[in-house]
Amino acid sequence: MAERMLQRVVSLSRWSPLAAMVVAVYSAVALHGMVFAQRVAAAEAVDFARDVAPIFAELCYQCHGPDKQESGLRLDQRAAVFKGGDTGPLFVAGSSKTSELVHRVSAADDERMPPPGPTSKALSAEQVARIAAWIDAGAPWPESVAGSSHWSFQPVARPEPPAVKDGGWARTPIDRFVLAPLEARGVAPSPEADRYTLIKRLSYDLIGLPPTLAEVDAFVGDIAPDAYERLVDRLLDSPHFGERWGRHWLDMARYADSDGYEKDNARPDAWRYRDWVIDAVNSDLPLDRFTIEQLAGDLVDGATPLTRLATAFHRQTLTNTEGGADQEQFRVEAIFDRVATTGSVWLGLTVGCAQCHTHKYDPISHEEYYRLFAFFNNADETDGDAPLAGEALVKWDAERAAAERKLRELTPKLEKTRAELAAGVPEWESELKGSGSAPLQFHPVELVAVESSAGAEFKQFSDGSYLVTGKTPEVDKYTITARSDLAEVTGFRIEVLAHPSLGGHGPGRTEHGNFVLSEFRAFAAPTREFKDDHRVKIAAAEADFSQGGFPPANAFDGKEPTGWAVGSQEGRDHAIVLMAKEPIRGEQTPWLQLVLSQNHGLKHTLGRFRVSAVTGRDPLFGLPKNVRDILAIKPEMRTAEQTIVLVDYRVSQDKQSRELADDIQKQRERLAARPEMRVRVLAERNDKRRASHILHRGDFLQPDAEVRPGTLAALPPLQPRGEAADRLDLARWLTDPRHPLTARVTVNHLWANLFGRGIVKTPGDFGVRGERPTHPELLDWLASELVARGWSRKAMIRLIVSSAAYRQSSAVRAELVEADPLNDWLHRQNRYRVEGEIVRDLSLSVAGLLSPKIGGPSVFPPLPPGIAELSYANNFKWKTSEGEDRYRRAMYTFFKRTAPHPTLTTFDCPDANTTCLERQTSNTPLQALTTLNNDAFVDAARALARRLLAAPVKDDQERLAQGLRWCIARPPSGDELAAFAGLLADSRRWYGEHGEEVKSLVDDGPSGGAAATGAAPAEVAAWTATARIMLNLDEFLTRE
Amino acid sequence: MKDVPAMEFDPDLTISNTRRQFLTSAASGLGGLALAAALDGDGLLSANSASGASVGVNPLAPRAPHFAPRAKNCIFIFMEGAPSQADLFDPKPKLNELNGQKLPDSLVKNVRFAFLKKDTATILGTKRKFSKHGQCGMELSELIPHLGSVADDLLLVRSMHTDQFNHHPGQLLMQCGRASFGLPCMGSWLTYGLGSESQNLPGYIVLTAGRGSSGGASLWQSGFLPSVYSGVLFRNSGETVLNLQNPAGLPSPLQRKGLDVLAQVNRQRLEQMHDPEIANRIASYELAFRMQSAAPELIDLSGETQATQDLYGVDRKEPDLKAHRGGGPGQFRSFATNCLLARRMVERGVRFVNIIHASWDHHSNLDTELPFNSEMADQPIAALIKDLKQRGLLDETLVVWASEFGRTPLGENRGGSESVTGRDHHPYAFSIFMAGGGVRGGQVYGETDEIGWAPVKDPVHVNDFQATLLHLFGIDHLRLTHRFQGRDFRLTDVAGEVVEPWKL
Repeated sequence: MAERMLQRVVSLSRWSPLAAMVVAVYSAVALHGMVFAQRVAAAEAVDFARDVAPIFAELCYQCHGPDKQESGLRLDQRAAVFKGGDTGPLFVAGSSKTSELVHRVSAADDERMPPPGPTSKALSAEQVARIAAWIDAGAPWPESVAGSSHWSFQPVARPEPPAVKDGGWARTPIDRFVLAPLEARGVAPSPEADRYTLIKRLSYDLIGLPPTLAEVDAFVGDIAPDAYERLVDRLLDSPHFGERWGRHWLDMARYADSDGYEKDNARPDAWRYRDWVIDAVNSDLPLDRFTIEQLAGDLVDGATPLTRLATAFHRQTLTNTEGGADQEQFRVEAIFDRVATTGSVWLGLTVGCAQCHTHKYDPISHEEYYRLFAFFNNADETDGDAPLAGEALVKWDAERAAAERKLRELTPKLEKTRAELAAGVPEWESELKGSGSAPLQFHPVELVAVESSAGAEFKQFSDGSYLVTGKTPEVDKYTITARSDLAEVTGFRIEVLAHPSLGGHGPGRTEHGNFVLSEFRAFAAPTREFKDDHRVKIAAAEADFSQGGFPPANAFDGKEPTGWAVGSQEGRDHAIVLMAKEPIRGEQTPWLQLVLSQNHGLKHTLGRFRVSAVTGRDPLFGLPKNVRDILAIKPEMRTAEQTIVLVDYRVSQDKQSRELADDIQKQRERLAARPEMRVRVLAERNDKRRASHILHRGDFLQPDAEVRPGTLAALPPLQPRGEAADRLDLARWLTDPRHPLTARVTVNHLWANLFGRGIVKTPGDFGVRGERPTHPELLDWLASELVARGWSRKAMIRLIVSSAAYRQSSAVRAELVEADPLNDWLHRQNRYRVEGEIVRDLSLSVAGLLSPKIGGPSVFPPLPPGIAELSYANNFKWKTSEGEDRYRRAMYTFFKRTAPHPTLTTFDCPDANTTCLERQTSNTPLQALTTLNNDAFVDAARALARRLLAAPVKDDQERLAQGLRWCIARPPSGDELAAFAGLLADSRRWYGEHGEEVKSLVDDGPSGGAAATGAAPAEVAAWTATARIMLNLDEFLTRE
Repeated sequence: MKDVPAMEFDPDLTISNTRRQFLTSAASGLGGLALAAALDGDGLLSANSASGASVGVNPLAPRAPHFAPRAKNCIFIFMEGAPSQADLFDPKPKLNELNGQKLPDSLVKNVRFAFLKKDTATILGTKRKFSKHGQCGMELSELIPHLGSVADDLLLVRSMHTDQFNHHPGQLLMQCGRASFGLPCMGSWLTYGLGSESQNLPGYIVLTAGRGSSGGASLWQSGFLPSVYSGVLFRNSGETVLNLQNPAGLPSPLQRKGLDVLAQVNRQRLEQMHDPEIANRIASYELAFRMQSAAPELIDLSGETQATQDLYGVDRKEPDLKAHRGGGPGQFRSFATNCLLARRMVERGVRFVNIIHASWDHHSNLDTELPFNSEMADQPIAALIKDLKQRGLLDETLVVWASEFGRTPLGENRGGSESVTGRDHHPYAFSIFMAGGGVRGGQVYGETDEIGWAPVKDPVHVNDFQATLLHLFGIDHLRLTHRFQGRDFRLTDVAGEVVEPWKL
C-alpha cells in the first residue's frame, strides 16, 4: 500500500506539508489468466514472434522491458537478449539445458522468475517448453522492421494461395487459404447453405433488411449460374447498403447526437456527418481516400465543404460543459480520444496505453504517443458550412421546384394585371385630378372644452394651443369639443408643439419629449351630442415628419397599439393633417368633437398641441412624395422609370396585384435560401500555434519536453510534404500501401462484419497481446488485394461474399465442437443475433411499417416514460416524432449519450463514448421483453397481422406460411405450421370470449386501421397475438 | 383459462438446466470444453473470455469467489452531487472559529477549484451541532439523528479522497475505478465475478429517484463486459422494468401459450443448427416470463406491515421545499420506498442494488437544501440497516453511502460574490459510511486536519474502497480481471489496497 499511498499523497501535498514528493510509479497491470490460443505442435517449427515473444511481453517486460531493466536485463530487443543481464548471458543458442533463462523461469520459488507475489504467475510447463525449443532451434530472432519482430509490423506479403486437394470447392483464392489447413486437419468444409439462407444472409449482411418474398422466390428459382453474383450486385447497389455499412463505421467513429458528460447538450447538426458516411459508403469512396478525408479533409488539395465535413469524424469526441470544468483539460482529453481512436481504427494498436507511460508490450514509447498527439494539437474545433444532404436536401429541392413552379404560374398573372394597371394610368390620373383642387387652408376653431380621461390638466395659451400639465399618466385620451362656422371642413390639423417646460422640450410628455398618437377620431354633429353615426371617416393623413414604424397612417388605422410619433426629432414643432373622406357641411353639423387617443403607454402622451380645421382639397394628398412628384410632371415628359414608379404604386394599392406581388416575393425568398448548414468540423490552426509537449503521466498540468508531430519508429517512416508534418501527412502515411497495419486492420473489419468475427479476433489489438490471426496468409492476401483493388470496399465485400467459405452452412457440427469450438478454422459460417438497430428494422420491415427514407436529421421514435428524465437535471425533452419518422431505421434514432434509447442499448448498441470496434452480442431477458412487449414491436405485430389478413391466400395454413416466410424466408415445416396454428386457434377462442381485450389489443396505438382489413376485430386480435410470436423467432433475429 | 391448453413448457428448461443439458449432452460434446473455457482455476471467469470463449454457458450462473466472502449482497446508496461532510459527518470546531477568515496563500496556491475564487474565499463554519451516538460515541450531525441510532453498526470513513473534481468524471471514478468511459461499473464487476443468485430477477438493479444525475446511464453500464452485466433500471412505481407488461389486451395465458409455441419452434431450430445460443434464447424468454410476475411482486409493498412501512417512513410528511435542487413532491416517499425495495431485492437474491439520488450539489442554499435531503435520507437508511439486522440479513449485506467527492471547508464565492450560501467541490477529503457485510461497525476510520481539508491519518483512495468492497465479497481485486484491447482491466485500475481495519 505504501507506494500507492505515496502516489495519492502527491495530490494531497499541494496543501499538506507532511506529504513527500514522490515520483509516482505506474504499478503493474494484473498478469494472470492468460491462456494462449495457439498451441505449438511438436512437429511445427518454432516461430519466435508467435511462440516466444508473447511470453516475454506478458510475463517479463514489466521488469525487463522498455521501461525498466532490472538487473540490466532487457527482453524486448534482440541484441539485449543475446547480451544477457548483469549476471551474464541468458543462454547459448542451441542448448536449452544449460540455459540460465530456462532455469530461472522453471525454478522453485526462491529463484523463480517472475518472482512469486500476489499478482505474479509462474510460466506454464508448456511455455517453458516453448522457450526451450526456441533456444534449441538456435534462438532464431527474425530480422524486423525497426526493431519489432511482431508479425503485424512486418510488411504485408502477397502469399500464393496454397494448393488444395478439393480444387472444385474453391470459388475464390480465399477458399484455398481456408481449405488447405482444413484438409491438413482432415476436416471437410461445411456444405453450402440452402438458397433461402443465402439470400437471407446476404440481405441481412449487406443492407440489414429482410428479403421480400418475391426476391426470395426469384433467387431460389433463378437457375442461371450468375444468379448469386447478380443478387450480390443488386444488394451492393442498394442505397440501404450505405446505411448498413455506414453504421459499422459510425460505431468506430463513436457517433452520437449529443455532447456527453454532465450537460450532454444536443448536437443538432451531428447527423450531417452520419449522412456523409452513408453517401461515402454508397458511392464506394475508396478506403484510402475515405481515411484521408476524415483525418485531414480540411488540408487536402482542393478541399471542399464536403471534405471538411468529413473531419467531423474527430468531432464526435465528448464535450464537457459542466460548470467549473477546465476547458484546457477537456480539450486535451478530446485529443487523447482522437489519438486512441486513430490508433484503434487504423493501426489496430492500443496506442492510448502510451498516454501515461511507454506501452508495456508494443513498440510505442511515451514520447511517440505525444508525437501522434502533436498531429491533433493544432486541429481546432470549429464550425463549417456543409451542403445539406439526404432528406433535408430532398426537401429543399422539392421546395425549390415548387417555388419555381409557383413563379412560373404567378409571374404572367402579375404581368397581366400590371399591364392593365399601366394602361389605366391616364384614366386614374385624370380621375384623381379631375375632382378639382383648392389650396388647403387651416382655421382656428372655437374651443368649447378639452378633457383628459386620466385627469391631466390643460393650460390654454393665447395662440390657441394647450399645454398639458398636472399628473402624467401612462396613457391618456384627450377629448376636444369645438364649434366651427366654416361652410365646409375637409379635414383637421393637429400641431404638436415644443415647450420648455416639457421633458426634452416636448412635444410629448415623456422625459425625452416623444409621444405616440395612437388613434384620431372626429365627430361632426348638429348639436353637442355626438353619436356613432356622426363619425367622420378619415381618408388620408400626412405629417411633416414621422418616426420609422410610426407613420401618420397609423393614427387612423383603427388599431390602438399603432400610432404616429416623432422620435429622433423631439424638441421641435410638428404637425399631422388628417383629411376626411367626405367634406363636413358646417351649416348642418357645426359641433365637432376630436378624440386624441394616446395608448402607447410609458407616458407617451401629448404635452402641447393645437387643433385647426382644414378647408380646400388636394387630390394628391396622402400619396407618397415620389408619386406626387411624378404626377406633377406632364405625362408626356415622364421617363419610363417614372412611369414604372406610378405602376408600382398602383400595384401596391390594388389588393389582388399586391397579393400576387407578395407571393412572388415569397417564392423568390424560398429560392434564395442557401441549402447549407453549420456543422462541427476540425480546422488547422494557423495563428498562435500550440507547441506540443510530453505530458507527464498524461497530466495536462505537467508538460515535459517539447515534441513535434511524428509516427512510430517501429513502422515505416513518415514522409511529410513540407518541413513540419501535419494531419494530411499522417493520413497519407496510414494509407501508404507499404504500411503494414492499415490494410490488414481494414480487411479484418470487413471480414468481421461478414463472419461475425475477424481473422484477428481482437480487431483493436494487432499488438503483442492481441490474438494472432487464425489465417495469417489469408489476412495478408486480402490486405494486398485491398490495395490492388484500389481500396474499394464494395469490391472486397463482393470478393468475400462470393467465396465458398462465406457460403457455407452455419449449422454447428457436433463432431467439431470439441476440436474447434469457436470455429477458428472456418469450418462453417457463424450464426449470431443481428445488431440492435437491425432487430427493430427487421420487425418494422416485415410489418410493412418501415420508412425507407435515407438520411436527414435524427428522429425521435416513441421513448418509454422516465428515460429522458434520467439525463442531468431533466435538461432533455424527447419530442416524439410524428408520421413516418416514428418508423425510420433505428440508426436514425437520436442518440443521447447519457440517456440513450433503451431499445438500442438493450441490444448492445455501443454507448458512443469511445470507439467501438466490436459489438457485444448478449442474450438477456430484457431483450425478450423488448421484442415481446415494446410498443414499436407490438405495433409491428399489429401491422403484420393486418398485412397478413389482406394477403390473397386461401386459408389459415397458407396465411400462417406466408407470415413465417416473410420472417424466415424458407417455407415452414409442418410442425412449425401446426404449432402456430395452435396458437392461432387458442387466440381465436380467447378473443372470441374477451371483447374488451380485443379492443385494447387491436385499437390501441398509432397504427390502428384494423377495420381496413375487413376482418372482425376478434380475428385481427388473434392474428396480432400470433404475428407477435413470429417476430420473436430466433431464426428471424439471427443471421444464419 | 379453460380454453387455453395447460402450460406445455418444460419447467426444467431454465437457464441453469439448459446449461447443464448442454454441458452434459453427449451429442453436443460441448461439456467440458466450454466449462473449461469459461471458468479458470479460481472459479471465476477467466481473462480471455473477451474472445467469446464462454459459448453455451449462462453468464449469470453463480460462481464461487476467490476466498470465503463476508458479504453476498450490496446496497450501494449513491448520493450524487457530493454531500457536505463538514455538515454531516466530520465535525470541525476549528471551522467555526475560523469562520470568515482566508486561508493562507501557501495552502491554496496549487489547488484547483470549480467555481470558488481563491483570492477572496473564506472559511465557512457550520451551523450544525454534532453529538456523540451509540456505545462507540460516533460524532454525527444533528441532521442525521436516525443514523445516530445505528452508529454502533456504522463504519464511518472520514479520510476518503479522489482524483476528480468535476461531477461526471468523479462519478465514473467512484463507479468504475477510473474516470474513463467504456469501463464496467462496480455492480457489473460483482455480477461478472460472482454471477446472480436470483432466478427471477436481474443480479444488478438500479433505482433512481429525483432528478437525473450527471452521469446518466453511464453510471450503470457494463463497459467492455457483456451487457448482461449492466445494471437494470427498476422503477418504484408503475411499470417496474421497461417493457415488463404484456401489451394491453394480451393476457398472461396467451403470453404463456405464445412462449410455448416460440420455445417449441426455437427448439426445432436448435435441433437443426445445434447452436447453444438458441437454448440461451429460450431460457432468456423463460426468465423474462418469470420476471413478469416477480418484478411486480417485488414492488408491491402490500405484504409489508404498517410497522415496517412506518420504520422506513414511507408515508412521512414531506417538508414543503420549493428548491430548484432536490425538492419537488414525492421525494421522501420515493427514497424511503427505494430503501425498502432494496431490502426486498436482497431477500430475493439480487447481488447489487444501486440507489441513486441526485441533488447534493450545494454550491448555494446549503442551509435549506441539505436539511431537506438529510431528512429525506436519514430515517429510511437507518431503517434499512435496522430492518436488515432484525431479519438476519445485515451480516451478509453491505450497505454503503457514498458520493463522488466532498465539499470545501471554504464558502463558495462564485464570481467573487460576497453572498456565500454553499460550498464548492472538494476532492481532497470526504466521508462515506458502510454497515453490515463484514465491516466492523461503531468505527470511525481516518482523520482529516483541523479544518477538514485533507486526511492526516489513514487516507483512503476510492480505489482502496473498491478493493476492500471486492475483498468483502471474497474477491481479490487483483485477480478479477478482464482482458480488453490487450490489457487486463480491473475495477481498481492500477491501484487499490484492502483496508484491513475495516473488517470484522
